[in-house]
Amino acid sequence: MSQPWWSSEAMWRKCAIWVTAVMVVVLMGLTFDTVRQITAGGERVPGYDVINKKIFYEYDADRGYQVPRIGEDAPLFGQTLTAADAEALVEKGKLTTQAKNCMNCHTLLGNGSYFAPDLTKSWLDPAWINEGLREELMLNFLQDPMNNARTFGTGRRMPDLNITDEEARAVVAFLKWMSSIDTNGFPRGFTPLKQED
Amino acid sequence: MSEAAANPIDRAEETDDGNRPGQKLALYYFSAAMVLFAAQILFGLIIGLQYLYPDLLYNVLDFSVARMVHINAMIVWLLMGFIGCIYWLVEDEAGRDLVGAKLAFVNFWILTGAVAVVVAVYLFVQIGPGELRSIWLINEGREYIEAPRWADIGIVVCVLIFFYNVAATFTKGRWSGISGVLVLDLIALAALYLAGMYFTPNISVDQHWWWWVVHLWVEATWEVLVGCIMAWGLIRTLGANRRIVTTWLYIEVAMMFGSGILGLGHHYFWIGTPEYWLTIGGFFSALEPIPLVAMVVHAVYDAGRHGFKSSNHPALAWLIAHAFGNFFGAGVWGFMHTLPQINLYTHGTQWTASHGHLAFFGAYATIVIAIIYLAIQKARGDVWMSGALPGNGFAWKWSLALLNIGVLGMTVALLISGYEQSFVERALEGSTWSAYFEAQQTPWFVQGMQWRMVFGWITAAGLALLLWDLATIGRRETRPVQVLNPVPA
Repeated sequence: MSQPWWSSEAMWRKCAIWVTAVMVVVLMGLTFDTVRQITAGGERVPGYDVINKKIFYEYDADRGYQVPRIGEDAPLFGQTLTAADAEALVEKGKLTTQAKNCMNCHTLLGNGSYFAPDLTKSWLDPAWINEGLREELMLNFLQDPMNNARTFGTGRRMPDLNITDEEARAVVAFLKWMSSIDTNGFPRGFTPLKQED
Repeated sequence: MSEAAANPIDRAEETDDGNRPGQKLALYYFSAAMVLFAAQILFGLIIGLQYLYPDLLYNVLDFSVARMVHINAMIVWLLMGFIGCIYWLVEDEAGRDLVGAKLAFVNFWILTGAVAVVVAVYLFVQIGPGELRSIWLINEGREYIEAPRWADIGIVVCVLIFFYNVAATFTKGRWSGISGVLVLDLIALAALYLAGMYFTPNISVDQHWWWWVVHLWVEATWEVLVGCIMAWGLIRTLGANRRIVTTWLYIEVAMMFGSGILGLGHHYFWIGTPEYWLTIGGFFSALEPIPLVAMVVHAVYDAGRHGFKSSNHPALAWLIAHAFGNFFGAGVWGFMHTLPQINLYTHGTQWTASHGHLAFFGAYATIVIAIIYLAIQKARGDVWMSGALPGNGFAWKWSLALLNIGVLGMTVALLISGYEQSFVERALEGSTWSAYFEAQQTPWFVQGMQWRMVFGWITAAGLALLLWDLATIGRRETRPVQVLNPVPA
């Protein structure tokens, strides 16, 4: 019995191979461009020394949502760092978030677990009351979360993660840098900390 | 003479004495997988309770630790289940005993021992200082691939040994369409794991490559892997025609990789990656359910064509559960929040948890359980497992029902919580920390979490019954397996 072409095993084998090959090639092309754009200091992800600057949110009428902007000097903990030192500090902060397993309670860039709030824009969160108090409140919270619990009435407290002062400062640097990433308007409709002019 | 009868591959089982090394090894892997399945459910119950009672085990076994064990136990039991499935079918498909069987047994014990050490460190060390040695020795702190780096390297070595066993067995035996797809898929699966094995301070770059592992495993290579297992399973449970099954497999590969590879883009909406991913990810992930529809049609058509007569009723029932679970869990529940206009509100909420529960269970747990039933049947002496089992087969039927009702119930409960969360936190309150916590306290969110817990207990009851059934089914059976004649094309 002759086999119609559309149900032939050989035809579909070739089809599977070609479709897969084409998709892999397209993905590789897109990957080169994407990695170029998300490298720190690239178009969408600022360099680590952005922690020396003020980061704020502004509505972009063309894109239809708020985007992070980089303003005047506003060194973290009052100390302006070189690009290399800023990178080392953010790196320490990122390592700490991994070593303390933050992602299995929180989300970062929306990915992780849903037991605690998203950290993408936590540097800009109104929970820190104002820019003057923010750094101190963040350090206190990270190092002694049991006595500085921020449960908003839920009873969900962050556990004590043995975070040292050095680690806490590095985590804050990492969070400040992360808040400057262009996330295409995520999280939706974010209301930032009241920004001083 | 029919084509199927003429095909020597379909006569392979006739020469199978049921005592082959690969099939023995598969039983080891299945046993380890079931232990980890139990661990997954146990830790799932703990974290479900922690949503309702946040002080439960606070500073002893915190949510982050229990949740890591919950999801890692799942990933590892499914992988061990897949490895078991492949060791089970490789000799049948290749027509010879496993090549390098001794090495394969040593490999099993090394892998199992390593998993035990990793879990012990997760539970008793939990976290480390913010230094590289923590991610080398304790955990990497990256969802799903938390295993410390030493274990990553060990996993790669173990997978390479497994790959050698499988590829060498086919090479020295014989190849088929199913085995060709399987081996190429295993190469991709192993290579992709390497994308997750490095540290960078840049979280956008980190998550970009992290999704290569997580998405291209779960939504591409794992799907093709279960397609291969399903193809073999349909031939074995129903005596389905090999040529038709293989053609279907190629169609599924074309559609799965055709949609799933660029469907990766739906994870690139909000992590700093360029805006063109909104279009690419939205479009291709909208196509992702199509191959899953094809798989349902394929499985149900085959089962219907054979009048639902099968040599192993529990296995066939779980294969059908897989076809529907894959379609609803991965396909429908994935599509519901995959378009960027919706995902902007749902990303990082309980919507994802809802989708995750039904997808991992429906697409993957089900098919591993199906193949375990096939394996148990042969291990108990090729006994009867068609209709009219003792007690009308209540244990397998009730465990199937309880597990499916339990997981589906959790999925719907989490979805209701997710709706409430995305509405209150994102749409109304401005996505701040206080908005997050306000959403967590709304009555509908809390009720969703309570119902999730109820269905979690039902799932646990289903698992207990499943384990009991697997331990006992066929032990006192005296009737031989029902022989099915392959249906001609």
